[in-house]
Amino acid sequence: MSATVFGAQRGGGAVRARHWRMRRTLAHAVAIAVAILLLIWTLTPLYSMVLVSLEPHSNVFSSHLFPLHPTLKPYRIVLTEGYWYLEHFWREMYNSLFIGVMTVLCTLTIGSFASFAVGRMRIRKGWMLTNAALLTYVIPMSFLAIPFYRLMHIYGLSNNLWAVVAVEVTFATPYAIFIFQQYGTSIPIELDDAARIDGASPWQIYWRIYLPLMAPALVAVGTYALLLAWNEYLYMTLLLSSQNNMTVPLALSQFLNSDEAPWNYMMATAVVYAIPPIYYAFRRFMIAGLTVGGVKG
Amino acid sequence: MDGTSVRESAHPVTGPRSRGFGLFGAPRGSEFAWGLAFVVPYAAVFVVFVIFPVAYGLWLGSEPSSYAQLFADPIYLRTLFNTLLFLAIGVNLHLFLALLLSGFFMLRYWWVKPLLLVFILPWAVPALPTFISIHWMLDGQWGFINNALWGMFHIDGPSWLDTRWLAMGSVIVSYIWKWTPFWTVILLAGRMGVPQDIYESARIDGATGIRSFVHVTFPLLANLYLVCTLLSTIWTLGDFNTVHFVSGGGPGLATHVLATLGIRDAFEIDQPRLGMATVMSALPLLIPLVILLMRKLGRTEVQL
Repeated sequence: MSATVFGAQRGGGAVRARHWRMRRTLAHAVAIAVAILLLIWTLTPLYSMVLVSLEPHSNVFSSHLFPLHPTLKPYRIVLTEGYWYLEHFWREMYNSLFIGVMTVLCTLTIGSFASFAVGRMRIRKGWMLTNAALLTYVIPMSFLAIPFYRLMHIYGLSNNLWAVVAVEVTFATPYAIFIFQQYGTSIPIELDDAARIDGASPWQIYWRIYLPLMAPALVAVGTYALLLAWNEYLYMTLLLSSQNNMTVPLALSQFLNSDEAPWNYMMATAVVYAIPPIYYAFRRFMIAGLTVGGVKG
Repeated sequence: MDGTSVRESAHPVTGPRSRGFGLFGAPRGSEFAWGLAFVVPYAAVFVVFVIFPVAYGLWLGSEPSSYAQLFADPIYLRTLFNTLLFLAIGVNLHLFLALLLSGFFMLRYWWVKPLLLVFILPWAVPALPTFISIHWMLDGQWGFINNALWGMFHIDGPSWLDTRWLAMGSVIVSYIWKWTPFWTVILLAGRMGVPQDIYESARIDGATGIRSFVHVTFPLLANLYLVCTLLSTIWTLGDFNTVHFVSGGGPGLATHVLATLGIRDAFEIDQPRLGMATVMSALPLLIPLVILLMRKLGRTEVQL
């Protein structure tokens, strides 16, 4: 600030410079104020989640804003399945992971096959496939829950983890096809042509050229598919019924519906469940960058 | 090159998405077999998990008596109103916020990038845990919000989820919290695609600040913004988690939206036809949106 005072004693140009500097400082101050508001807005629900999960007592009827006696006991209870609601925690986590990983793998495989055929091999009527994907993309996911519930019985997939995987793949693949097609245009088609002239089969072109060059798009789409599966609740509760096929979201909602729910255990479970997707979302931005999976207007 | 150009002229390529004269215009023989093999998985998924469910759903919801029953039901009419409110306020507010914030994240301070990483947390954290946490925060007696209100201002907060309008407002705010980061990133990527020299020349012509936004940024982003609005409207229409976990449709079924009421009708009171009719009553709104969106998506290069 003292620099601006000195500036004022000199002539016209210095006054302008001082004005400019003051405006810049003011702008920075406003930006920081906005940033602080954003931080509070973003973190409050997450903070509340962590706060409750650090409570030592299961009846969290306290009214403080900071953990007075923070303890990791709820986490220990969750990880060692030390409470009767949490008896099958690792089983549930395994099922959630199974659904997530299978969704990612199937989405990437099916999506990259389809977009390779349409975008690189340029099969005839490829636009029909693109339009089919587009049509799927605009169906609100929960609107098909009722027919899916019945159809999965007919398909023999009721109470089967694969039923949920199938639903997630159905709704994630259209997105995959779009991203892959868009990203694929940045890979020169001459590479494929050169390989073909050297006698490579379409499979070899797909496996050796297309996939490695598509890595950032694969990461972006994989994260999307994982988050989609991790956010799922509705189809899990409709399609999975036995104890063996329970997933973490189902366990959480059971908690919520019981009267004497120990909220600290529940929130600890929620925090543990939230960690894998956060990790992957961050990695995605590190590897794929911001603009993959973004939009070219 | 020359060896293959003979083939390309033999088959004119049809359809708007084909790129015209590719080197391998029309695959034949083993090429064709490979092409088929690559397409079959998605085609199978599409037929089994899209065509059949949609057809079955349309059949389930095609009974006129269900609709008569719906429109005689005050709960349904209230739900319809809630849905429209959710769409009108929720969608527009969070997209406009995202538009402003995407501009904010274009700033070049050193702390902007770390802040962005924190800011996308609501999108990265799964829906269920956060909505349960918000549900708990809104508890009238022991919730975090009322504790904070009392601790900082000595105000007794209302019990948020016990009156219809507060509960509906809470649902909308939770939805905005969850989905603003996603659209901010999309719009931010769109802004990054705008060449900087356009701003440069606009500045020379005297357009800075708000005028630069109105005359340069917005016209360039308008198409993208429209596509985002359409997509977001469709997804909001199908959103189940927010209402189900934040307000649970309560108090007394007053804050249901079509998606949650449809599920309730189908599975809690065991009337799948009524549930399907509830969901399908959104079609008059949905179909124009889809047509408009498919036209827009066909014309512009958008990836979401």
